[in-house]
Amino acid sequence: MSIFDTFLNWKVFVQTLPLLLSGLSTTLTLGVTAIILGFLGGLLLALTRLYARAPLRQIAIAYIDVFRSIPILVLLVVIYYALPFVGLRLSPFGAAASALSLVSAAYSAEIFRAGIEAVPKGQFEAAHAIGLSPWRLMSDVVLPQAIRIVIPPITSNSINVMKDTALASVVAMPDLLKQATQAQALAANPTPLIGAAVIYILILLPLVRLVGVFEKRLAVRGR
Amino acid sequence: MTRPIIEMKGVVKSFGHFQALRDIDLNVKEGEIVVIIGPSGSGKSTLIRCINQLEEHNGGLIIVDGHEVGPRCNRGVLTEVGMVFQSFNLFPHMTVLRNVALGPVRVRNLSWREAEERAHRLLTRVGLADQAAKYPSQLSGGQQQRVGIARALAMEPKVLLFDEPTSALDPEMVGEVLEVMQQLAKTGVTMVVVTHEMGFARKVANRVVFMDGGRLVEEGHPDEMFGTPRDPRLRSFLQAVLSH
Repeated sequence: MSIFDTFLNWKVFVQTLPLLLSGLSTTLTLGVTAIILGFLGGLLLALTRLYARAPLRQIAIAYIDVFRSIPILVLLVVIYYALPFVGLRLSPFGAAASALSLVSAAYSAEIFRAGIEAVPKGQFEAAHAIGLSPWRLMSDVVLPQAIRIVIPPITSNSINVMKDTALASVVAMPDLLKQATQAQALAANPTPLIGAAVIYILILLPLVRLVGVFEKRLAVRGR
Repeated sequence: MTRPIIEMKGVVKSFGHFQALRDIDLNVKEGEIVVIIGPSGSGKSTLIRCINQLEEHNGGLIIVDGHEVGPRCNRGVLTEVGMVFQSFNLFPHMTVLRNVALGPVRVRNLSWREAEERAHRLLTRVGLADQAAKYPSQLSGGQQQRVGIARALAMEPKVLLFDEPTSALDPEMVGEVLEVMQQLAKTGVTMVVVTHEMGFARKVANRVVFMDGGRLVEEGHPDEMFGTPRDPRLRSFLQAVLSH
């Protein structure tokens, strides 16, 4: 058997492509959901960590530390297989989206915190001096500048979330990887797995390049 | 012209063990132009930053327009105090026009149209009507500082604080900023100015205050202060800054 028959079998690839594409759409939905929730949760956590009063602030810090320490796969298994014992039964999609968002929020929170802290003190002072409320100070003056600063690391984090969606296959979610292994079993040929790997790379490679472009642009603009 | 718009009584401020302000008493009347001079580290900037609570004082009393200011004071009082910063602190992600219009919209509840009209008027007044659509980074330092002045004026504050407004500027741009401040002084707005520009102090101030080591050492009419300084510290300071 030649390498073309085994790994790059065109006939098998064409046959299993629809299955792979349905997996891809699940992967993308899961990834985008987790990226958006992680972004919003991270922003909220960062603001809580920086500006909230004592008990809330400590809770935010504890959350961020714990969820950056736990492996996503472990968290996913706990959510999917352990929580039903306390009556919380999530769908594979729900469990995967929760695990990915919870962890991504913790990482995003640290990124946002760094971004907010990188905004010069004079900007806060000028906003105070014209009498902006704390909310307006954030939304009009600080966050627009902070978010510009964190675009590269946030994009990087989003790539990681997208890659980690593959872990969802262990809770039987029909994502790209799961569909590929399924197709491999059906066709008795590993070509679908190679196909899935190529699809992951095709989706993520442009994003990886984009981070580089963002970083270069920020370096040019950054005085 | 009689009621003090700013009253400071026994104001104390320390940073850790460093006493930045020691027992400051200072009244500023409505419409008065007070210039604060003194060596660096003497507490000049800290003093005016306490007036609008960018620094919280540790003791004593600060009353602005009849209201005590402090960590828990009503923010309304503080919107009556405008500030112009040494490093301009314009918002880099907004156009010049937006920089000036933001405060009136968010704090004074003007519509964007009204606020931008006001901003245009003020930018014209500081000679920058044609720069309204640009971003701060596209302007020279002197132009940025004039935008800073327009931004402070847009809130129509009762008091304007200037924290070394020309110290970060290239020498050839100092004049244009001082010119705008001089025009402003004629309009009757109360100004408290921390500066090293002795020429400005002499020409424009109603009163000059000399600080050293966190204390208010001597104050008086500019003619007395520069002509017949009494305190030896003021004399040596003036000698040092006027000798070149």
